[in-house]
Amino acid sequence: MFESIVAILIVVGATFTLIGSIGLYKLPNFYMRLHGPTKASTLGVGSILIASAVYFSFNTDAVSTHEILITAFLFITAPVSAHLMAKAALHIKIKDNDSTN
Amino acid sequence: MLEIAIPIAFIFIAIAFILSSIRLIKGPSVPDRILALDTLYINSIALLILLGIHLGSALYFESALLIALMGFVSTIAFSKYLLRGDIVE
Amino acid sequence: MLNRMFPHPILTIVLLIVWLFLNNTIAAGHVVLGLILAILIPWLTSAYWPEHNCVKKPFTLFKFLLIVVWDIIIANLKVAVLILGKSNNLKPGFITIELDVKTPLGISVLANVISLTPGTVSCDLSMDRQFLLIHALHIDDAQQIIDEIKQRYEKPIIEVFTAC
Repeated sequence: MFESIVAILIVVGATFTLIGSIGLYKLPNFYMRLHGPTKASTLGVGSILIASAVYFSFNTDAVSTHEILITAFLFITAPVSAHLMAKAALHIKIKDNDSTN
Repeated sequence: MLEIAIPIAFIFIAIAFILSSIRLIKGPSVPDRILALDTLYINSIALLILLGIHLGSALYFESALLIALMGFVSTIAFSKYLLRGDIVE
Repeated sequence: MLNRMFPHPILTIVLLIVWLFLNNTIAAGHVVLGLILAILIPWLTSAYWPEHNCVKKPFTLFKFLLIVVWDIIIANLKVAVLILGKSNNLKPGFITIELDVKTPLGISVLANVISLTPGTVSCDLSMDRQFLLIHALHIDDAQQIIDEIKQRYEKPIIEVFTAC
């Protein structure tokens, strides 16, 4: 039972991570590319981390909690780094209308 | 179930690595490269945790934690450098 | 006296919980060590945290957190569809929001929540903390996005994070 939960969480997480990188690869300009990694990749990695917490909690006798810490850390830091990157891009005057592939 | 799910996830994350690396090489601007590096950090956390589940070892957690911390700090440092031309004020 | 010893009570509790999570245990030794760290760190660093924040209405905060988690999941599905679809059909653009939140903590929480939820990333805050510049991946109606952010996120934040 718990194995299938872990398997689903892993596949969903890997799919979201991939979607984030596809967004980084194919969207036309910097400000649009910012959306992919900050949202999709963060949720994807969070989902894989929770899968790991479930897996080690059921496979060993101790409850595994430290994965939750990385998840929380990623969810707190992802918007901060996105904000600073956008600010830096605005500072060096990257245009948002033309496509720079 | 897990024997099927883990290889699929490995393949997806490997493709994610390749796509981010292409963006890192192609640019065209410096923030694009910083963003690609940040994505590579996040992807490598996913890869390490997956490897930990695959090998059944909790040891990889520590390195994932370190990459999460260092990745955030270096992204901030790069952005600060672009903003101010200096990291330490 | 109590204020001098515990300059930031919430920080103390959070530090203790983080320490126990990190060590994966609730053994007595780690609880004591965690308590020592959780009391020492806020005390030693209190010079760098001049402003005091207190959380009012914990129930509203809890409801707000549930809404945000739900929105993060929905936002990711929406953004995934937008990314995988044709990128020529997207209409990206910048929107300026006039802020009603005044406290620094409230503004930073609002900016983070905006970055994590539906197709928007917060980009810049004006020097006088009056306006927030956000970038949206797809704009159908700019006013609708502004109204949703104000209604859904800003209102509970104003209620919870007020200066004390």
